[in-house]
Amino acid sequence: MKKILVACGSGIATSTVARNKLEEELKKRGFGSDKVSFSQTSIPQLRSQANDYDLIVTTAKYTEDVGTPVINGLAFLTGINMDNTVDQVISALHLQ
Amino acid sequence: MEIIHKNLVFPNKKFKNDHDALSFLALEVENAGYARSTYKDAVLAREKIFPTGLPTGKINVAIPHADSEHVITSTLAVMTLKEPVDFHNMGEPKSTLPVSIVIMMAIAEPKGQLSMLQKIMGIVQDSQHLKQLMKYTTAEELFADLNQIFQEVHI
Repeated sequence: MKKILVACGSGIATSTVARNKLEEELKKRGFGSDKVSFSQTSIPQLRSQANDYDLIVTTAKYTEDVGTPVINGLAFLTGINMDNTVDQVISALHLQ
Repeated sequence: MEIIHKNLVFPNKKFKNDHDALSFLALEVENAGYARSTYKDAVLAREKIFPTGLPTGKINVAIPHADSEHVITSTLAVMTLKEPVDFHNMGEPKSTLPVSIVIMMAIAEPKGQLSMLQKIMGIVQDSQHLKQLMKYTTAEELFADLNQIFQEVHI
């Protein structure tokens, strides 16, 4: 089971959208809830939780090194280049 | 409870910068009774740290909001701008983008706003609809259009 942490400024609004969209897109590609799990948080709380996850997706820009790979998930809000971002997630998690 | 209200949609507004645009709309939300008197400052402060301009194509959208402690009842406040106003980019906070539509979210209940958020993103990703929204000159027209989208969203 791969664990994904989705974060935005407050941990309420845009992370909810990004998480839902990513979940949907991964399911479409055959990676359902048996293979990936999701949690949400706010950017200020990200550092303290990062170690427990395989991948972090943020809607806001995040450049700190927290020891866990970080992918920008703005595409899940705008729809632009979303497939490309889903590819990045799949390869970062070594899903197959 | 409805999420979109005739007194909180504003077509064709003009502002000289994002601070003025955000202040106007946040104050309207406060004055209409949906948010506490701390809401405007919270929106402005949040926008500085986590900007909300979205690069959606020709017509860019900003989705400013604040933590739910500043909100009394969930609502949206929407305005279209006669001239685009520069907002900072959510994905690249150092750069700005010209924004033509502002969808301000006041979320009282942190969990369970998914359907509202999904509708907003549906609008944001639909360039034809954004173009249509820019054409309205009266609050009635803008409200009627948005009400179609959000009518099944109740909070």
